[in-house]
Amino acid sequence: MLVTSPAFKDNAREALADRQLQKALGNVRAGFIDKRRKAVEALPEFDALRDSARAIKDHTLAHLDLYLAAYEEKVTASGGHVHWAETAADARGIILDICRKHDARVVAKGKSMITEETALNDFLEASGIRPVETDLGEYIIQLRGEHPSHIIAPAVHLNKEQVEADFRRVHTDLPPGRDLSDPASLLGEARRVLRKQYFEADVGITGANFLVAETGSSIIVTNEGNGDLSQVLPRVHIVVASIEKVVPTLEDASQILRVLARSATGQEMSVYTTVSTGPRRPGDPDGPDEYHVVLLDNGRSSMLGTEFQEMLRCIRCGACMNHCPVYHAVGGHAYGWVYPGPMGAVLTPSLVGVEKAGHLPNASTFCGRCESVCPMKIPLPKMMRHWREREFERGLNPAVARYGLKFWAWFAKRPAVYRLATYLGMPLMAVAGGTRRRFRFLPFAGGWTKYRDLPAPQGRTFMQQWRDRDHVREGARP
Amino acid sequence: MSAREAILGKVRKSLGAGEDNVRLEEVWDRLMKAPRGVTPRRAQLDPAARVALFCEMAKNAAASVVRVADGAAVPAAVADYLRARNLAQSVRMGGDRRLRNIPWVTQRALQVRHGPSDGEDEVAVSHASAGIAETGTLVLWSGKDNPTTLNFLPDHHIVVIDAADVAADLEAVMALTRQRFGKGDMPRTVNFITGPSRSGDIEQTLLLGAHGPRALHIVVVDG
Repeated sequence: MLVTSPAFKDNAREALADRQLQKALGNVRAGFIDKRRKAVEALPEFDALRDSARAIKDHTLAHLDLYLAAYEEKVTASGGHVHWAETAADARGIILDICRKHDARVVAKGKSMITEETALNDFLEASGIRPVETDLGEYIIQLRGEHPSHIIAPAVHLNKEQVEADFRRVHTDLPPGRDLSDPASLLGEARRVLRKQYFEADVGITGANFLVAETGSSIIVTNEGNGDLSQVLPRVHIVVASIEKVVPTLEDASQILRVLARSATGQEMSVYTTVSTGPRRPGDPDGPDEYHVVLLDNGRSSMLGTEFQEMLRCIRCGACMNHCPVYHAVGGHAYGWVYPGPMGAVLTPSLVGVEKAGHLPNASTFCGRCESVCPMKIPLPKMMRHWREREFERGLNPAVARYGLKFWAWFAKRPAVYRLATYLGMPLMAVAGGTRRRFRFLPFAGGWTKYRDLPAPQGRTFMQQWRDRDHVREGARP
Repeated sequence: MSAREAILGKVRKSLGAGEDNVRLEEVWDRLMKAPRGVTPRRAQLDPAARVALFCEMAKNAAASVVRVADGAAVPAAVADYLRARNLAQSVRMGGDRRLRNIPWVTQRALQVRHGPSDGEDEVAVSHASAGIAETGTLVLWSGKDNPTTLNFLPDHHIVVIDAADVAADLEAVMALTRQRFGKGDMPRTVNFITGPSRSGDIEQTLLLGAHGPRALHIVVVDG
């Protein structure tokens, strides 16, 4: 997938001016935040579970090589095949080989962000294989030639009128006069159209929320049931998962499942949690004849042992973006690659490079809501700051920002000079602020004043006011 | 060097880890012992209250629930469900022993077909292997007499469960699965099902009946 993160500022400007998008983004706030809060409040152990989940992932990451080897052994023992892919291109090649071996023409796909990361659909199509997205949101955006704008609600940037127009454009064999005015009729139509596709598909591809080392199982968590139909009806089931998805045991998966559904959609448990192990057993009346797992690294092994290792705890629930004021304002596409929101602002620079994705960790108010709702307690703001530091060290941010910081640092390292300069400067700024006590334009700060005024200082510095406060307090003591 | 060796090598290098025995022992210890973590107090109840919680949580997840005294009462409960929704008296089910022990012939109008679904069935009947009181979740193991397609293709999924099989929490069911299939072994598919299928993908409006069943009906057998 083309990385448009370098154009984040332009993307964001367009997003802010897009009235359809702004209307749709209201659904993020309305649809996720309250539901999550209620589910969390209904479980007194939620915070203890977060700590437990974090400890499980930390332990697993510290022993990742061993758990991956143990997992592979169990997959093989249950009759499945494990394929290792260092890069996205490797993963695509492996999947194509499996499809070709089975003369696959149609592939049914459950929702998978890893197949977005590997840009699998375009590749399969170019190879003459038709991938059919079966998750309702993914299906809609596939019809539009778009990418997900949210990791669990891929079509959250759209309104129902847009979906109706797409269905009328694509489902031309259906009566033109049919009613598609409400979400229920749209869902009904997608259900009927996609039903046929599951039966036509030769191969089913799903992602994985967890890989279990103890049993060699993959686990998917869904609400629609499409991921299950995609893996039970075709002859071949391919699971595509990144290496950090492994957990040691079924008990460990259980701990994380409890925080996953609540953080994602505010459900006590998602409708379908499905544990798949190997191909169908002798005598089984249904299920795939072959079971393959493609394990993707794609840069993750290099995050281990760095200040970004904790990002690999992420379970892709989407809570960070659901609570992010920047995501609420610009939506997911502005971020310019697969992963939007705070988790994307940390992960994207790790996977595609900070030179391309440097804007993302800068597009943060550091309000800290992402970290406070993260079920895995990932310190997202801290890691965004790490990216800013790296960007500064490598001289990647704009000259104005670099010199501005150096200028400020010179004063900050010389407290006496700093105090004198502010002591002299603040009254002048107060006067310059005029009767409105605000600036509509400031040199070198046009990016700020273009969208809002900067309040003018009141005339006295913080240090002066603090000293007076201390003085008053001390004076008040008996 | 194979991709496998390359990836595992990079992981070890980044972690600064060698192939030492201490790490290996920690891993095997965890895999063998499978320690239970935090389990919610809400489901730590006596059996009667546990089944009541199971029913309540399943209803919260938009399933319908009916309780019957014994297996002999199941056919009538199924027939009632079909009649109330104006559905044909016809169901498909697998050959599960627990389903075969139910006297379906007592409902003479009820047609019972066996085997996996081809997508044409309106109603399927399954027997759950366990329930989870904590969340109102049904647990279904695939096997030669328990086709997975029955859980997803029909519009209506009726699941029979013995009250005695309702466990407290997820961990209890994981332990049960291990006991039934052996340590580290699993059936091809374990379905944890909590309510009927749904989607919120259009404007975050929650709608039931996405790709799986539009309705989930649970028959709890108390006797």
